[in-house]
Amino acid sequence: MGRYVARRLLIAIPTLLAISFVMYAILALAPIDPLSQFGADPRVPPEVREHIRQALGLDQPWPIRYVKWVTAFVRGDFGVSFMSHASVGDLIWQRLPNTLAVVGVAYIVGVLIAIPAGLISSVRRNSPVDHTISLFAYAGFSVPTFFTGILLIIIFSIKLRWLPFIYDSNLKITDLGSLVEQFRQSVMPIAVLGLFDAAILTRYIRAEMLEHLPLDYVRTARSKGLLERAVVIRHVLRNSLIPVVTLIALGVPAVFGGAIVTEQVFHVPGIGELLVTSIGTGDTPVIASVVMIFAVLVVLFNLIADVLYAVLDPRIKYA
Amino acid sequence: MGAIAMLVAACGQSQGPSASASTGASASATPAARGAGGDLKILYWQAPTILNPHQATGTKDNDASRLVIEPLAAFDNDGNAVAVLAQEVPTVANGGVTADFKQVTWKLKQNVKWSDGTPFTASDVEFTYKYICDPKTAASTADRCEGVDSVTAKDPNTVVVKYKDTNPFFYQVGVGFSNGILQQAQYKNCVGDAAKNCPADLKPIGTGPYMVKDFKPGDTVLYDMNPNYRDANKPFFKSVTFKGGGDAAASARAVCQTGDTDYGWNLQVEATVLKPMAAAADSKCTLLTNYGSSVERILLNFSNPDPSLGDNRGEPSTKHPFLSDIHVRRALAMATDRNAVAVQLYGDGLAGKATCNILTAPAPMVSKATDSLDVCKFDKAAAEKELQDNGWVKGSDGVRAKNGVRLELSYRTTVNAVRQKTQDIMKANWESIGFKVNLLSVPASTFFTNTSPDGANHFWTDVEMYTNSGDPDPTSYFLSGWTCNQIAQKSNNWQLGNYARYCNQAFDDVVAQLKKETDQNKRNQLAQQANDILVKDVAIIPLISRVAPTASGVSKSLKGIKVSVWDSEMWNIADWSK
Amino acid sequence: MATVTREQVVPPPDAAAMRPARSLWKDAWYTFTRDRLAVFGLMVLVFIVLAVLIGPYIWPQKIGDIDFSRALEGPSLEHPFGTDDLGRDLLARALYGGRVSIAVGVVAVFIAITLGTLIGAFAGYFGKLDNPLMRLTDLFLSLPVLPLLLVLIYLFRESLQRAMGPVVGIFVMVVAVIGILNWMPTARLVRASFLSLKQKEFVEAARCVGAKDRRIIFRHIMPNVLSPVLVAATIGVGGAILTESTLSFLGLGFPPDTPTWGRLLFDSQNYIDIAPHWPIFPGLCIFIVVLSINFIGDGLRDALDPRRKI
Repeated sequence: MGRYVARRLLIAIPTLLAISFVMYAILALAPIDPLSQFGADPRVPPEVREHIRQALGLDQPWPIRYVKWVTAFVRGDFGVSFMSHASVGDLIWQRLPNTLAVVGVAYIVGVLIAIPAGLISSVRRNSPVDHTISLFAYAGFSVPTFFTGILLIIIFSIKLRWLPFIYDSNLKITDLGSLVEQFRQSVMPIAVLGLFDAAILTRYIRAEMLEHLPLDYVRTARSKGLLERAVVIRHVLRNSLIPVVTLIALGVPAVFGGAIVTEQVFHVPGIGELLVTSIGTGDTPVIASVVMIFAVLVVLFNLIADVLYAVLDPRIKYA
Repeated sequence: MGAIAMLVAACGQSQGPSASASTGASASATPAARGAGGDLKILYWQAPTILNPHQATGTKDNDASRLVIEPLAAFDNDGNAVAVLAQEVPTVANGGVTADFKQVTWKLKQNVKWSDGTPFTASDVEFTYKYICDPKTAASTADRCEGVDSVTAKDPNTVVVKYKDTNPFFYQVGVGFSNGILQQAQYKNCVGDAAKNCPADLKPIGTGPYMVKDFKPGDTVLYDMNPNYRDANKPFFKSVTFKGGGDAAASARAVCQTGDTDYGWNLQVEATVLKPMAAAADSKCTLLTNYGSSVERILLNFSNPDPSLGDNRGEPSTKHPFLSDIHVRRALAMATDRNAVAVQLYGDGLAGKATCNILTAPAPMVSKATDSLDVCKFDKAAAEKELQDNGWVKGSDGVRAKNGVRLELSYRTTVNAVRQKTQDIMKANWESIGFKVNLLSVPASTFFTNTSPDGANHFWTDVEMYTNSGDPDPTSYFLSGWTCNQIAQKSNNWQLGNYARYCNQAFDDVVAQLKKETDQNKRNQLAQQANDILVKDVAIIPLISRVAPTASGVSKSLKGIKVSVWDSEMWNIADWSK
Repeated sequence: MATVTREQVVPPPDAAAMRPARSLWKDAWYTFTRDRLAVFGLMVLVFIVLAVLIGPYIWPQKIGDIDFSRALEGPSLEHPFGTDDLGRDLLARALYGGRVSIAVGVVAVFIAITLGTLIGAFAGYFGKLDNPLMRLTDLFLSLPVLPLLLVLIYLFRESLQRAMGPVVGIFVMVVAVIGILNWMPTARLVRASFLSLKQKEFVEAARCVGAKDRRIIFRHIMPNVLSPVLVAATIGVGGAILTESTLSFLGLGFPPDTPTWGRLLFDSQNYIDIAPHWPIFPGLCIFIVVLSINFIGDGLRDALDPRRKI
């Protein structure tokens, strides 16, 4: 296994380089342009626009820009944002806590809801409990998050006046009061995202459990006189976990990528919001860095998933 | 995915800065103790990303920097200059401006201090223009330097601005949001190539009522009041939180329904949403409605955008198959129901009102002749007659054609709920008189760029729609928008401003005169004349005069706000109180 | 060599497998029709499909008829779904837009699932393909969706539209784009199951009797992987319907006046409190389609479950 991991890590380097190249090419070819911010404003005449373009280095061919960017990135220099003239590293660093506090927590909540819900749903297949859980799950992924978000705002912020809907990123948790405040401002986005994640995961867990429940080894375990609870948790769940591990491994990088809609609806200055605004403003240094960090996480977590497969199912061997 | 759409939609709402403009009186507010108020909360759905107004990429940056960085004078709502850092506004009458409009002498206020306690002097002003005018600095406000011979500090309290030629717009240097004065000491190492990596841009030192305490680009600016501010009784608020993000609808809810914020910027939502919110019995907001030069307009393509033309597509050498026919253009104009758009979508004065002028401010320059023009009246019967009489006959599919040319047009604009509904209304009317209309929409970032084939500059459709606005002096607005040598085309990389490839010698002549004329009355007449040529010739279809700078909503308890359509809406924030 | 002879000598495996296969389908259909929820789902889906196909011809209101005097009206006999802010009939719009939404949802998901299943199966089954295919998956997972979309459309829009006409061209582009951007999770799921299943006894057994790789993949392992694939498919349909409207917000999809369900929902977001009927009906349409496809999917899964017959 150690050799396999070492080899995979080695392969990760050319993989990431290839990803960075394709990504940069896409950014260069896409019709996004930092100067589009000026609109058709006659107060920013063509010469001025040309000077700005030069100052941003956009007059150079993109392969050259790519080489410059990638060599700096490898050295840990993420570059400077076109829009804010701030270091991209700082921008990401400023937003990471917000993303973790909302999207990260929501993901954990989602997983914590999904596992028991999926379990119950499968063990009590076709019971009223199963139908209720399933119905919620269907609603969860067919109703978009912007809709649930706005609905919650209308109910809890506007009608009832219980919760704020403008996230304050300057809130520092120092005492109980500020902790409560943090809870109040993040409970709605966490609910929206957590329920969405839970809805999807529940379906997968239920489906996978149903695959395994009728299998021989389960019957064997039962016939040995093991408690039903032990059978389900020790045997079936463990064997059903492979797809769940896959999905969770795909989900963790997505947490870093942020939840664009929900962040927007609740004014959470997270990384998803940073990425989308930067795409809108053609802020290539920011987009490229966020995407590359995301890519590193994707590669890393897919490797972790592969290692976990072998732990969960010792028969899995990698070539 | 859905999120992306919302964001893109939000971006689509900024079509370019608004205002700037002319000369005037002074503002005074109720005397109150400095810092007596608590925290002032401002919410912008586009977050500021930089606080140096000369590196700004949008209104959000200009406005956020205005709490700190001030110009010599501001423009008030009538386009009059109001002294800020200047002792008084120079005019020909007080001897500050020479009779040939070539030299302006600015006397600065005495004893003004930067927020760090050091004195503000004329050399800061001289330095600021050195910074802006260095092409390598790549300042987005560099147009202020066009035609400027020199900006020099004559003594610590006097600045002399010299223009190369007669400049009727002699407040080009010194007045309005493009003219914020930077501190030389802080910026001296940020000129030229060094400008793009300058930490001062995130925390500039200014002379304004507030100073930056903390700035998270793209998120929040926190300000404290400036202890060295020149007026001992101001500002009223102890601190300001300038938050960015979300969308216009959420801002409207925050300022009108929950009162979570005191000031909600640019509530550009459908009138059917905004009106009930603002009018509700428990509404916490009032809406700012001032009209400036922002006009939502429909451009008609004079070149041929047919892709089969290859490299010649949309070049000025080609002619549009049917929009080059004045009758077709007139028919489109007559079938344009701008009143329905104004009433249904812009709330009949809430966010905009119908207009048939392309120049809607300053007031003395606005034409009154257009009201009575037939192309300004919604009359579908007349439009159909115009087409019928000129050989455009309906085919079996209800689409008119002449000599095999069908009246089928493509109509593009940015992604924006109000714009898409405007398109729907236009389509319904135009199709009813025998056009076939195909609608297109793209995000603002793809639309407002010379690098995208879907952009306004390429104009590879038949009709397109967006908002634009001008300075208090409309010369550059007319010049860049419609004169023959400003045509956007391949050879200039679509950088120039005449996207419609309109070319009319009579119009060029009027604009050339306007550029030279120094007599204000004659200038007013010339501006009206230029406007009327464009409207009569249907070079463009003006639709809506939009609230400017933006349709912002403010808490009912907030006092002292004076919006200026020609300057940043934060221009008099020192006078705000509760 | 040996294999060849063995196959020649022992033809039964193939022939024997063919016969049960045919009855397997019959069997499956029988099981499926016994599942009341699945049949109900199928009926609802057929009804909705028929409604959007025929409805626009029967329903008298047209999608573009503007009537400001009747803006934002709630459901009535004349406008069963109510009207939008321009006074347009929402039932007419939902019927018309439903064609696009359902077609895009089903076809795009079909593409994504097929692509994902094939890539996942090959990666999981053939050790040599695993690395290249999974690194390709990493690449697609990492790329920024929004700029990628812009580039794809920018490069292919005109040629596709010229080749297939404006409407079909856009449709092909939209489903291809959604398909190409959504196969990765399925691929990873299928691969994971293949990694685990290919070591199992029944695969060994199949191999011993000389079954070829293709046969083992599709006949022996695939039915066991169907469960997560069907879940992915049913979850994907709702997502694809919403994604379609996102594309048109990017200027990449259908024209802005095509009232697809996703579009209706997005357009109504500011009206949730003033005109709740506007978002509710398109939202319900999506929900019901997703629900019925889920029921059908569950029914199918049970029907095709190889163990059901043991």
